[in-house]
Amino acid sequence: MISADIDTVPKTALDNTDSSAPTDFAVLANKLTRRFGNFTAVDHIDLAVKPGEIFGFLGANGAGKTTAIRMFCGLLKPSGGEAWVHGLSIKKKAEVIKRKIGYMSQKFSLYNDLTIYENLEFYGGIYGLKKSEIKERSKELLDNMGLQEYRNKLTSALPLGFKQRLALGSAMFHRPSILFLDEPTSGVDPVARRIFWEMIYELSENGTTVFVTTHYMDEAEYCDRVSIMVKGRIAAMDSPAELKKKWNGANMQEVFLKVVET
Amino acid sequence: MKRIIALARKEFLHIIRDTRTLVIVFLWPLIMLFLFGYAINFELTDLPVGILDYDHSASSRELIREATSSGFIVASEYLESRDEINSGFRKGKFKAVFVIPRGYELDLLKEPVTKVQIIIDGADGATAATVDNYLKAVMARLNLKLIEEAIGKAEPPIEARIRFLFNPQLVSANFIVPGIIALVLVMICALLTSIAIAREIETGTMEQILATPILPSQIILGKVLPYLFVAAVNAAIILLVGHLVFKVPMNGSWLALAGYCTLYLLISLGLGLMVSSISKTQQVAMMMALMATLLPTLLLSGFIFPRESMPLVLQYLSYIVPATYFVEVIRGVMLIGRNYFPFEAGIMFGMAVLLLAISARMFKVRLSDD
Ligand SMILES: Nc1ncnc2c1ncn2[C@@H]1O[C@H](COP(=O)(O)OP(=O)(O)O)[C@@H](O)[C@H]1O
Ligand SMILES: [Mg+2]
Repeated sequence: MISADIDTVPKTALDNTDSSAPTDFAVLANKLTRRFGNFTAVDHIDLAVKPGEIFGFLGANGAGKTTAIRMFCGLLKPSGGEAWVHGLSIKKKAEVIKRKIGYMSQKFSLYNDLTIYENLEFYGGIYGLKKSEIKERSKELLDNMGLQEYRNKLTSALPLGFKQRLALGSAMFHRPSILFLDEPTSGVDPVARRIFWEMIYELSENGTTVFVTTHYMDEAEYCDRVSIMVKGRIAAMDSPAELKKKWNGANMQEVFLKVVET
Repeated sequence: MKRIIALARKEFLHIIRDTRTLVIVFLWPLIMLFLFGYAINFELTDLPVGILDYDHSASSRELIREATSSGFIVASEYLESRDEINSGFRKGKFKAVFVIPRGYELDLLKEPVTKVQIIIDGADGATAATVDNYLKAVMARLNLKLIEEAIGKAEPPIEARIRFLFNPQLVSANFIVPGIIALVLVMICALLTSIAIAREIETGTMEQILATPILPSQIILGKVLPYLFVAAVNAAIILLVGHLVFKVPMNGSWLALAGYCTLYLLISLGLGLMVSSISKTQQVAMMMALMATLLPTLLLSGFIFPRESMPLVLQYLSYIVPATYFVEVIRGVMLIGRNYFPFEAGIMFGMAVLLLAISARMFKVRLSDD
């Protein structure tokens, strides 16, 4: 059974297949599909993410989370369906979208042979920031993370938890309004994960939309809404509280198992 | 522009942080140059020859003078008896011995055929053959001279006068060093750039870069510029060593040569970029870069084997090898002193533009397909 719970989305928004989609949604997908050969990695998914939301994208390994995110970020062309980021079609406006989003890929994406500051300088530069902006923002970021005195140390020397937070910092260095985070906390210890999520909350409070994938079920509880992906399809989507009620689970772990089994 | 600079700067930091690669990049070409250059130099000049002159006559001294006049061989040792020959060879004092028998001068006047003996160390086959050929030529020349003296001013029926223009002593270093420069530059450039992109694809940072608004052409430029700089410094070092240490003459203009070098470097970098945008891992990229540069440059460019003597198919094939044009140009500028190569420069320019454009394009295709 597939219960794509999409009643928060106006019917017109989903029927709309041209690029003049409404901009009320940070991310909007309509039957978005991606095939690799005969294999369908993402299978007709519909979803709508509201601005400022923390949207959790749950699913086992191989469910299709990364493939979906890469399409939203303009890194992969869809095989069918359509999606909009800030009302911009991912098929036609990928280059414009790239300017407005931040992306943290599931692989570690900083350069280990560069210093902390050089990494920030690079990401600032590649987004076209001015030198003064780069200075200001990295000071702010490094102060927040307590890394100011290590700014000239090689990134390889940092513990993983710090590395991941630094990666998040550089993904939002150009102040995007939407952040796509692909398993940002995988392999990180629980305490560091907790700190990482505090950073996400702070961003969300400042109005940033956060689209985050994870396979840690406790993290799902922190999201405003979650969708559970099974084999390329969205099997359930709602707030954690509603999902627990509907699927009669004490926590998201139970809900997830029940959803996957059906 | 800011984006290209940011990328180029970052790339440059990678280069200087990776000291091991940097050392290889700068030392390896020099090692190649010295290995090739000296191996070839030894073979053809200053070959030590022992002289055992039993005759001690004006004619025998004339023979020795004639044989050593060009500098290919030098009389390194005057022997007193045959007993010294073997020990001299064993100690490496000479590679050949000239034995002039007693009564040589007298025989020259009386006998129809006069004999001298040449003993060559056969252990080093290539050298032996060279010495053999050279001494035969000396004898022929001497014979002609003697005939002229004996029967007056006689014109020999056919006389082949081969004069090697621009490389009068046939010093191979002059011929080989420009070729080595072509080989080393294309390999270094292609290897460096192919690894530079493949590494980022492998570690996943390329994905991150592609998610930013930077264009594929900007990525290519940002990647090429730092390596162009490194390769240019490298090229300058090799050229100077070739000129100062191996005495390759510089008859043309350094500026023109720098221009042609830049074109050639761009082609080589483009080649590396193309290879790396179609290979999945650093290893594959390295192998492909080596295959695409080493053998074609070595075998087809005319750097060792003259293109005129190749089978027709290979001659046609050699037209797509960039080094074919560059070897032509660098030899022309350095040895002949000709600075204008509009045809070769045009083709090299076309190749550079084509390769860089293709690699930018392939890059785009790749990122939307997997
Ligand atoms: N470039 C690709 N070529 C072929 N198959 C792919 C490619 N990328 C992903 N897949 C397949 O698509 C499925 C979903 O992968 P992915 O989106 O990475 O899942 P997740 O991120 O949820 O773990 C997997 O079975 C994976 O093997
Ligand atoms: Mg994934």
